[in-house]
Amino acid sequence: MAKRSLRVAVWLLLPAVVKGMLVTLRRFFARKTTLRYPEERHVPRKGYRGEHRLKKDDQGRMKCVACFMCQTACPAECITIVAGPSPWADRDKIPVKFDIDMLKCIYCGMCEEACPCDAIELTPTYNIVATSRAEKLYDINKLLSR
Amino acid sequence: MNAWVLAKIGFVLLLILQGVPILIWLERKISAFIQGRLGPNRTALFGIRAAGFFQPVADAIKLFFKEDITPSMVDRFLYFAAPILVFVPPVLAFCVIPFGNQIGDEHLQIANLPIGILFVMSVLSVGVYGIAFGGWASHSKYSLLGGLRSSAQMISYELSLGLSIMLAIMLSGTVDMRGIIRHQVEHGWNIIGGGNLALAPFGILGAILFYAASLAENNRLPFDLPECEAELVAGYHTEYSSMKYAMFMLAEYAAMITMSALLTTLFLGGWHFPGITDINDHSLLGGLISHAVFAAKVGTILMVSMWIRWTLPRYRYDQLMNLGWKALVPAALANLAVVAVIEVLRGPT
Repeated sequence: MAKRSLRVAVWLLLPAVVKGMLVTLRRFFARKTTLRYPEERHVPRKGYRGEHRLKKDDQGRMKCVACFMCQTACPAECITIVAGPSPWADRDKIPVKFDIDMLKCIYCGMCEEACPCDAIELTPTYNIVATSRAEKLYDINKLLSR
Repeated sequence: MNAWVLAKIGFVLLLILQGVPILIWLERKISAFIQGRLGPNRTALFGIRAAGFFQPVADAIKLFFKEDITPSMVDRFLYFAAPILVFVPPVLAFCVIPFGNQIGDEHLQIANLPIGILFVMSVLSVGVYGIAFGGWASHSKYSLLGGLRSSAQMISYELSLGLSIMLAIMLSGTVDMRGIIRHQVEHGWNIIGGGNLALAPFGILGAILFYAASLAENNRLPFDLPECEAELVAGYHTEYSSMKYAMFMLAEYAAMITMSALLTTLFLGGWHFPGITDINDHSLLGGLISHAVFAAKVGTILMVSMWIRWTLPRYRYDQLMNLGWKALVPAALANLAVVAVIEVLRGPT
């Protein structure tokens, strides 16, 4: 009995084949998703988590107050902060050293979420090239300059 | 006379050898388009990209310069004979297929054998030896199993292929290729019953059966069982490299061309299209038009094969055998029997 139903099924297959072929025909004429890379570049969506940067306030001073929240929150432990006294009256500390090891970073955005001062941010920059390991150790100047 | 024959042989060889790169390009483009990609589009000749049309040229050059490795334990004679044995039958079979009507006194067909279609059948069935030898001579388990599978598949499907060819022979009343086409020109294509509209459903069924069997004969998807990355690597040509491997690829596409040409000739009226070609038009232009019609039909069938390839999932091996022996063969037999009864009742025409 099972075998007979199989035999019927084989012939009932033909309409299904035609249906499937119509699907692929539609796909054939559909828009292609390939990007011709060097000529066309992918534009990341808003909120894409790429390379970090440290923000500055409207007076051009870094926003960071060296509170260690991001270093504590970081699951990859890639942030190293050394705090020093602040030259400005509105805060006690600023970082004298703020290193991010981009090779350890997993781009999770926890630092951005943890930051109480909105000082660290993940930019949409995604094509990050380096020719040595040392280049992937971002220090405070590099992070502030982007 | 001899110059004509040589010219025709050269033309058919060119047709097949030049058709293969175009087919490979088409295959890659169609597969890419169906999957939402663009496919090869970088290869350029003199700075002309032409949507990657020259990709097969680059592939061929790469294959030429690859190291040709002969494994140490192979059966040398059979190992070298296999790619040739696979490639020759489809090309040889093409010599009785009319690829156009007639220019002057010359028919556009290399040899007009009175046994036409029987010759094609006998020659095409040699192809299975190439695959079996390739699998056996490679001295590799993958190749052997792939070769076995492939031979079993080809032998099984040859039966339903033969039975659907029988249908075309009965509808046309001759095995002579030129005669089959003349009958279709005068009475109507075999796919719509060869002049008897009551037989149209059987003609369509026969054409579908022939097409399905020809896909299986050529090891095309959804019946590409000899190749199976997971358990057989590349099947019977696992141990082949460089141009010997290219020969197997060439043979696969050449077989596709021949099978499509056969389907065109047997069921779709060959070079004939009502209103465009005229069997009594023996001018150069008429001959070229008839060839263009033939090429267009063959090309369409080939593109449908590729379309099917990228649509259907492949069969498991036991399903393949079930489909062959329990569905296609009985259906082809029943089809043949019904048509035979109707033809006999109708009497000689």
